Amino acid sequence: MATTRVLEWLGRFYIVLLLGFLYLPIVIMAAMSFNASPFYQLPFEWTTDWYISLWQNDQLIAATWNSIEIAIITTLISTALGSMASLALYRYEFRGKKFLQALLFPPIAIPWLITGTAMLIFFFGVGIGRGLIAILLGHVALALPYVIVVVSARLQTFAPELEEAARSLGANQWQVTMRVTLPWIMPGVIAGGLFAFAVSFDQFVVSYFLSTPGQTTLPVEIYAAIRKGFTPEINAVSTIIIVVSMALMLLTARFFKFGGEK
Amino acid sequence: MADQRAIGSRRGLRPALPLLLPAYLWLTVAIFLPLSAMVFFSFMTDLPLAGKEWAFTLGNYAAFFSQSLYSTLLFASLRLGLEVTLWCIVIGYPAAYVLAKVLKGRSREAIFLLVILPFWSNGLVRIFSWAMVLREGGILDTALNAVLPFKINIDLMYSYPAVIIGLVHSYVPYMVLTCYLTLQAIDDSLIEAGRSLGASRRQVLWRVIIPLSMPGLIAGAALIFVPVVGSFMEPRILGGRTGTFYGTVIEDQFVAVFNWPLGAALSFILLAVVLIILALAAPVLRRAA
Repeated sequence: MATTRVLEWLGRFYIVLLLGFLYLPIVIMAAMSFNASPFYQLPFEWTTDWYISLWQNDQLIAATWNSIEIAIITTLISTALGSMASLALYRYEFRGKKFLQALLFPPIAIPWLITGTAMLIFFFGVGIGRGLIAILLGHVALALPYVIVVVSARLQTFAPELEEAARSLGANQWQVTMRVTLPWIMPGVIAGGLFAFAVSFDQFVVSYFLSTPGQTTLPVEIYAAIRKGFTPEINAVSTIIIVVSMALMLLTARFFKFGGEK
Repeated sequence: MADQRAIGSRRGLRPALPLLLPAYLWLTVAIFLPLSAMVFFSFMTDLPLAGKEWAFTLGNYAAFFSQSLYSTLLFASLRLGLEVTLWCIVIGYPAAYVLAKVLKGRSREAIFLLVILPFWSNGLVRIFSWAMVLREGGILDTALNAVLPFKINIDLMYSYPAVIIGLVHSYVPYMVLTCYLTLQAIDDSLIEAGRSLGASRRQVLWRVIIPLSMPGLIAGAALIFVPVVGSFMEPRILGGRTGTFYGTVIEDQFVAVFNWPLGAALSFILLAVVLIILALAAPVLRRAA
């Protein structure tokens, strides 16, 4: 089957092209953050000046810390609440369970533009207003469905007999959960947590509508900078972000696979 | 699986409530109440804040239907969504097929991860990276002029194609992911059976492979179409003055013009359109599940 071989090689070549399409712009953007010319002129001249000037940009540094803090708090809250909800959805049968599960999809499926503007209106109306608290409220809500979906997937591999066995050996509900169930679903919980961190750290649209000049996150700050004009400093901070979020997702992929194998 | 679950599960909402309540309360406060509030505000003349006068009105919706600007932009956004979705199918489906049926073992795993990885990195940053490539004197311009014997000017920046390229780049991994999952589930023996019964490659593709992978195609299309119709950051950065779409008009109402009730009405109309599209896609998806 000569044609089959040729087609297979064409297929492989096509995948290489696709990867080029996906990664080239990112690589070029990263390369430009090490180029001396402020107008992105070639030939390429190596420098780390843009990273150094980044270090002195107080506004960006403040926004970065906000982003990190919000992402960490979002991760902690949404992982805890999401895991609890997943456990309940796994353990108990009750009317309306299907409905509760269906409710998880609107936050994922509705465009963030709509969710973000709706939050802005509502938070303003009830007096929460804009700012870091509003952003945190929004991020946790966006991350929760992802955590519940991921942890529930892991729970599907859990044998309920283990809980029964622990119970019949005299363990109470709390002990069963902490000593039997939680250790088993831990890879799912960690993967869910990493998802939550990524959702929050990369979130732009919702943060954009909920931020005020002093209280903002890194992506919002970058958007403002891009609209003023391109500078290699934006390339530098973008490169850092992309490296961080890709590393994070590689980590998630590892944990998620642990979930599948065991 | 079903009877296995029955051993562990217990009846009643009451014991489940303490575990469920925190998460669902949070979702109510931050998602469901805001969406309801948006519907409410869209019928008001002004925000009921700081003693401002307000009354109920249908004016915000009348504005949408009386001024052709808004419906024109909504159609422009729907067209943008359609075009981006089609490009994602054209580019993503063959890649998903190669991943599912040609590559094997570790190299498949590694390349699958490589395709999905950019999707989980910051969307804003990836759109910005295209600005580096597409602007005049940018990389595409320089590279093509270095290779080609004649002088051409590539200045795609701030144009409709630039917006399409940026959005396709952002969303094509979705299509690869959903199509890969359904293509991988197709039994190879079905394809071999078709071939040995005398069907050509093309016939097998159109009669066996594409119909069986339809749920993945529909799921990917819905997952891409919906956010693209609501996109505003991508057209702003890559489209410049040509990048006015429905999403950017909504953004303006909230951050520039401060006509929130009109913005709420426009958002709600978009939400209705989105829900209709998701409802149309739902039966196909349910059959797949």
